[in-house]
Amino acid sequence: MAVNAKTLNETEFFYGHKACAGCGGSLAVRIALKVLGENSIAVLPAGCMSAVGFNFPQLCFGNNAIISTFAGTASMLTGVAAGLRAQGITDFHAVGFAGDGGTADIGLQALSGAIDRNDDILYICYDNEAYMNTGIQKSSLTPFGAKTTTTPAGKNIRGNLRPKKNMFEIVAAHGISYAATASVGYLNDFMKKVEKASKIKGTKYIHIIAPCPTGWGVKTDETVDIAREVVDCGLWYLAEYENGQYTLNYRPNQFGDVAAYLQKQTRFKHLTEEDIQTIISSRDTKWEFINQNFH
Amino acid sequence: MKPYLRDFVPKNLEDIPDTTSYEAGYLVTKNAGWRSIRPVIDNTQCVGCLACYLHCPDGVIFKSNGKVEIDYDFCKGCGICKNVCRLGAIRMEAEK
Ligand SMILES: Cc1ncc(C[n+]2csc(CCOP(=O)(O)OP(=O)(O)O)c2C)c(N)n1
Ligand code: SF4
Ligand SMILES: [Mg+2]
Repeated sequence: MAVNAKTLNETEFFYGHKACAGCGGSLAVRIALKVLGENSIAVLPAGCMSAVGFNFPQLCFGNNAIISTFAGTASMLTGVAAGLRAQGITDFHAVGFAGDGGTADIGLQALSGAIDRNDDILYICYDNEAYMNTGIQKSSLTPFGAKTTTTPAGKNIRGNLRPKKNMFEIVAAHGISYAATASVGYLNDFMKKVEKASKIKGTKYIHIIAPCPTGWGVKTDETVDIAREVVDCGLWYLAEYENGQYTLNYRPNQFGDVAAYLQKQTRFKHLTEEDIQTIISSRDTKWEFINQNFH
Repeated sequence: MKPYLRDFVPKNLEDIPDTTSYEAGYLVTKNAGWRSIRPVIDNTQCVGCLACYLHCPDGVIFKSNGKVEIDYDFCKGCGICKNVCRLGAIRMEAEK
C-alpha cells in the first residue's frame, strides 16, 4: 500500500525550524524525510531550508544533515554516498534539498555530473520560484511575469521577461534513472514518488513546487491551496520520467482559471490582460507537447 | 517521537564543539512567540482524517487517540490546518 497520512512514519525529522509561517519548502522537506526515515543523510546548500534549519545551537534536523556549498548539493551527495559505501553501510538514503536557484542556476553542473555518473542519490528541488533567502531575486525557475527585486514591475517592463526553465526535461534528457514533478498541494502524489525513488538505484530527481507566502504575496494559510491551483490551472503538472518514457500522473478535467490564480498573488498583480493571454497560450503549447509525448 | 527542548544551551566558547558537528534535533528555542492567532481543534467535529497533520509545515500536529493534538510551543499560527480541514473542525483564535 502506498504511504499516506495514516501509515507515514510518526517521527518528525524537521522540527522547530525558523521558516516563515506557512512555508511550502519546509513542508516538502518535512514530508520527504518522514517517507525516507532516520537513515537519511540530508544535504542542503545555501538557501532558506539550510538557513532555517541550522541555527546553532538550534539544529532542526533529527537525522544526519549537512550544509553544502551553494553549487555543490549533488557533488556532496556523491561524496556522502561514496563515504558510506566505503564503510560498508548500505541502508541509507543520500537526499539533497536544494532551492530553484541552487538547482537550475548554480547547482546545475554538479547535478548534471552526478546524473552522468548515475550516483545513488535522491535530489529534491523545492521550487519557490526565486532566490527567497536573499530577498526574492529572479532565478531561471521564476515564471514569466513574476515581480522580483531583480525583475521589477514598471511601466515598460512588467516583471520577469523569461519563461521558467524546464528542469524536469533537462534532467530527463540525461537519461536519468528516475525523475518526477510534484506539488505540496498534492502530497499523496509526492509521498508516492519519494517512496518509489527511494527504492530505485541510481540518480533520482524530484522537482516539487513549494509556494513561499513571503515571496509570492499570498496569505500564510494559502500555501497548500495555491500549490493545488497551479496544477489545476495547468501551469504546473504532475509527471514522471522512467525507462526513457514520460508519464502524466494527473490530468485536470478542465483547467482552472489562470487569471484567478495569478491575481491572488502580489508578484503577478501588475500583469495586463495581454500578459495573462501570453501565459495561457504558453500553457497551451506546453500541454500540446505533453499530450503528444507523455503517456 | 516528538523533538523536545533541551535544558542545556551552549553559550560559552568551551561549550561550542571543536568540529562543525553537533547533536541532531537539538532544540533550545520555541516558535510560539511568532503567533498572533492559534488553531483550536473541536474534537467533537474531528474525524481523525489527519489532513492537518499531513499538511503542517512545522509538523506540530500529532496523532492522539484517533484524533489530533497541537504542540503550541512550536506552532506558528499559519492557518494551513484550518484550510485543509474539510470538516471545519479547526478555527483560528486571536492570541491574548
Ligand atoms: C556561492 C554563493 N553565492 C551566493 C550565496 C548567497 N545566497 C544564499 S541563499 C541564496 C538564495 C538561494 O535561493 P534558492 O536556491 O532558490 O533557495 P531559497 O532561498 O529560495 O529557498 C543566495 C543567493 C551563497 N550563499 N553562496
Ligand atoms: S522566505 Fe519563503 S521559502 Fe524562505 S522560509 Fe520564508 S516562506 Fe519559506
Ligand atoms: Mg528559491
